[in-house]
Amino acid sequence: MSPADVQPATITACPDGPLLVRGDFELRSEDNAVIPRTRRTLALCRCGASAIKPFCDGTHKLVGFTTGPPDQT
Amino acid sequence: MLPIDTNTLTRASFCARGPLSDLLLTALDGPLTPGQALLTDFETAVAAAIDCSGFVMVDDDLQLTLFVLYGLHYGGVVPGDEKWEWHPSTIAARILIENALEAQLRHSVAQPPLPAPTREQAIEFVAHRSVYTLKEADPHSWAIPRLTGRAKAALIEIQADEYGGGDVERMHSVLFASTMRGLGLDDRYAAYVDSVPAITLASFNTMSMFGLNRRLRGALVGHLAAFEMTSAIPSRLYADGFQRLGFESDVTRYFDEHVEADAVHEQIAGRDLAGSLAEDDPALLGDIMFGASVCLTMDGLVADHMLGRWKDDLSSLRFPAVGVAHLSAVAAP
Repeated sequence: MSPADVQPATITACPDGPLLVRGDFELRSEDNAVIPRTRRTLALCRCGASAIKPFCDGTHKLVGFTTGPPDQT
Repeated sequence: MLPIDTNTLTRASFCARGPLSDLLLTALDGPLTPGQALLTDFETAVAAAIDCSGFVMVDDDLQLTLFVLYGLHYGGVVPGDEKWEWHPSTIAARILIENALEAQLRHSVAQPPLPAPTREQAIEFVAHRSVYTLKEADPHSWAIPRLTGRAKAALIEIQADEYGGGDVERMHSVLFASTMRGLGLDDRYAAYVDSVPAITLASFNTMSMFGLNRRLRGALVGHLAAFEMTSAIPSRLYADGFQRLGFESDVTRYFDEHVEADAVHEQIAGRDLAGSLAEDDPALLGDIMFGASVCLTMDGLVADHMLGRWKDDLSSLRFPAVGVAHLSAVAAP
């Protein structure tokens, strides 16, 4: 990404699905290693069942994951 | 502190149900000594009982005997010397009964046919897919100038990722070409057009029709949303399948990429693209749902065609693919 592309990070909670992360951020693993980023927008697993964590692989649809009513703000 | 014999505290005794279980329980109840005679002919007796038994699965004496023999490994089922666990006579008897039981189970339990595509079928699948996928994302890009606002931004976000974020090596159509080469297929566009049936062409033509007609932009958006929302999990299965067939990452990378990419795209396509378009232009709702249904129906028909032919041990292609000797396809009319 060129510097002009850099936007503050945003995290969007998808109903019954993952967290979409956009903008300027760095993703790190459990042992603090930087996880290389290959796309601008990432989906992070929220249901716990993904086989490619920390990323979403769509498995939430199979496990009946629900996030309940919208978050109160 | 009182010594506690957990066995006697937790185990009830049970009765023999015939000569074999009677012989076994009597022997186990006594000490195991060198030259132990009680079980000398046990194996012969078990073999004879299996021969006489019509149905091992419901033979009380044989099932209780097998239960006791397995119990030696669990512990806590019958009293006695734990050395019986690996005594040749108990092991020999166990193998005889369990072989008879396994044979009966395999014979009498219905099993669905295993999904076991051949390498040739996996390669045919890719030949079908090549008609669209070597131009992956292009039909949907026609809609970019035909949308406005939130829906347009969402489509751009998806399409930019489809085109590798500007990196040609990560462009999805380029990854697919690599998969084709890894399978020994010709990655030039239209190399398998002669081989694919009408339904494969119709699937791609439908996308082109939706893309090239502004009035059908709702259908195109619905098509893309349905595709993205149902693609991540199958992509994982495709990657696993090609791996099971012995193919390496040059072949599976396209599918691996789509597990992660389409898990992102399905959220954007369903909510920001199709959802926004329906909210901003409610008159398009019907076409959005129409396009989504068409996507699922057409891809289902292509899959039905392939699976139907393969079930009959036929090729799903019209001709053995030109220049691909290992596609030992049976020409279909």
